Amino acid sequence: MYDDNITHYRKHQHTITLIVSNEPGMLARVAGLFMRRNFNIEALTVAQSTKPEISRMTISFKGDDKVYEQLAKQLNKVVNIVKVSDLPPDISIIRELALIKIHTKGPEEQKQLMAYCQAHEAKVAHVNRDDMTVEIVGSPHKIDSFLELVKPMGIKELARTGATGLFRGNTGFEKL
Amino acid sequence: MKGSEVIVKCLLKQDVKHIFGITGGAVIPLYDELYHYQDRIRNIICRHEQGAAHMAAGFARACGKPGVAVATSGPGGTNLITGIMDAFMDSTPMVAMAGQVPTSLVGNDAFQETDMMGLTLPITKHNFQVRNPEHIADTLLKAFKIATEGRPGPVYVDLPKDVQNAEVKGEIPDKVEIRSYRPTFRPNPLQIKKAVETILKAERPVIIAGGGCIIAGAQDSLIEFANLSCIPVNTTTMGKGIFPESHPLSLGVMGMHGEEQANYAAINTDCIIAVGCRFSDRITGDTRLFAKDAKVVHADVDPTEIGKNVRVDIPIVGDAREVLKMFAAVFAELAVKKENRHEPWIKKLRELRELTHAEEDKAAAGMTQANLLRMLNRFKQESDIFTTGVGQHQMFGEHYLTFTRPRTWITSGGAGTMGYGLPAALGAKVAMPDRNVYDLDGDGSFQMTSQELATAKQFGIKVVPIIMNNKCLGMVRQWLEIFQGNRQSGVHYANFNPDFVKLAEAYHLKGITVARESEFLPALEEAKQSDETVVIDVHVQEEENILPMLPPGKGLQHIIGGRTVFRQNWDDVK
Repeated sequence: MYDDNITHYRKHQHTITLIVSNEPGMLARVAGLFMRRNFNIEALTVAQSTKPEISRMTISFKGDDKVYEQLAKQLNKVVNIVKVSDLPPDISIIRELALIKIHTKGPEEQKQLMAYCQAHEAKVAHVNRDDMTVEIVGSPHKIDSFLELVKPMGIKELARTGATGLFRGNTGFEKL
Repeated sequence: MKGSEVIVKCLLKQDVKHIFGITGGAVIPLYDELYHYQDRIRNIICRHEQGAAHMAAGFARACGKPGVAVATSGPGGTNLITGIMDAFMDSTPMVAMAGQVPTSLVGNDAFQETDMMGLTLPITKHNFQVRNPEHIADTLLKAFKIATEGRPGPVYVDLPKDVQNAEVKGEIPDKVEIRSYRPTFRPNPLQIKKAVETILKAERPVIIAGGGCIIAGAQDSLIEFANLSCIPVNTTTMGKGIFPESHPLSLGVMGMHGEEQANYAAINTDCIIAVGCRFSDRITGDTRLFAKDAKVVHADVDPTEIGKNVRVDIPIVGDAREVLKMFAAVFAELAVKKENRHEPWIKKLRELRELTHAEEDKAAAGMTQANLLRMLNRFKQESDIFTTGVGQHQMFGEHYLTFTRPRTWITSGGAGTMGYGLPAALGAKVAMPDRNVYDLDGDGSFQMTSQELATAKQFGIKVVPIIMNNKCLGMVRQWLEIFQGNRQSGVHYANFNPDFVKLAEAYHLKGITVARESEFLPALEEAKQSDETVVIDVHVQEEENILPMLPPGKGLQHIIGGRTVFRQNWDDVK
């Protein structure tokens, strides 16, 4: 089992979670803010929460603490963002899903890849004659290292969802 | 009830008595409704939507209530944009509304459709599109709440035509709540305590009072705090007037074209107490050189401003008036012996102030803006309101006109919007009909919105535009002269300015030319006595520079053209 480890966590990498009103244009408000204030989004996920009027967004970006502080304050200022919080890796569960289509030349490579998958708790989602599509869930770092591992075989295509996350503790974030 | 009637009822509920705007296809239902309420809402029809937005801003800046600007869809809305942006930069409470094509056509590139939500997103505090007619009342009340509470700003409301025409139940709630919008008003007492401890340790403290103090109505608290603590006060361009410039502790406006003693204080201070200011680059210059050795106490109602531009030691989030009241209360309790508080510092600053003022009085006579504005300063009354365009005349005004009351100096600070002066003056006059309102303008700025003279005439709004006419874009000309080897690219209007007297006459108003110094005061007197707007065209020297000035990208220490004091620093004085 791969474990999140803060020492592996890339420096200055932040994952923040936003509780926002589920209304048209919300994504544009958040994305526009990043652009205007010169912050760079690495990944963004958004979907409805347990309440239909509330959505949850998770955003990954790079920046030092000063950047994070200013960004969090700017996001808090957006009228229909209800709550902004950092997800520090040591006290949060952060997961991402990736679909990776990998070249497999013959049964030897197929076997090799399946062994890799087993070691990473990844699943084979689809098999073609000369490629396999792997489905892997884990921390962004885990996915990075899996990609590193299979790179020599040749990656045909990659689709990553971007990170989403929750606090480990028993404090519910949507209870406001 | 029709949707449009709900809109008007909401405006009445918000105590709106004036609307600045231009009608058009997509707002016909709204204007149709306003027809029935002419006795309660004055419908001021402007000549350009930019003018309407600036009028709403001038109105708001003069009286503190939110201004309302209305336009039709498409080009009507886009013409509002400059005014909305200006209000955003200067934290002016404004509700801007524009019609929109019917909801069924939104997204189809219908006639006069534009994505006003996308366009206003980055320049408003918030924006709304009303898609469900039942949400009109709720949305408009929220718009006013957001525009006025916390740090004020413009809110845009998009009103599709079918929504205005729809039949709705029309219940207007008494109050609206926005769960995700609760600005901090009362500052944290612990932070106040920490700040006071820091201030008490300082030997050379200075207060920087910004536009936030004006918005919060903090004049009394500021004066009380300054008196009790014996700390001199700088203002920003936006804060001018909040601290009486006749007060012995007033140092005047600091920053790019600030008063020398004010900038001297900012350079040599060991403790800055900034209240309701956002440390704009026009105040700080190069932030790496700003307040290098000083502790910084920064209080603002908007937490994003704290630590955004300048490193802060003691952050305080809260209303400027509350902060200053709490400071004053602590100092009253301490009852520190006033006379002994940082006396050498105060003495030095007063000395410098007298020196710079004496130097200014020696400045050239004749048709220089410096000379004429000194004359104007003696002519004007304390209650008079001045709006400005943007450029040299604005900075000369900042330098030579003195104000003692808040909301009497209304200028486009953050955005630097040329063309702000005339419409803002009209809006200010509507808000304050008993005051004299002057628009200190330049020939370049004035021409950007001069068509609002028609609005002045039609609605009997009397203001006095004073055009400092140097036949060029003076501020840029000055920059080119100083920083670009005097290559005068694109700044000369030469003899292609209109005859402003004839222009006034074309709008059925009077104009007066001032070609000689001796004609200036009689012209002002005549304009003041007139019942109608009178345009004064003042033919000033073309090649006058406003100095001192801060070269772009440099620190306050590098200001050029200072007359006396900049070469000195506190260590030498000691």
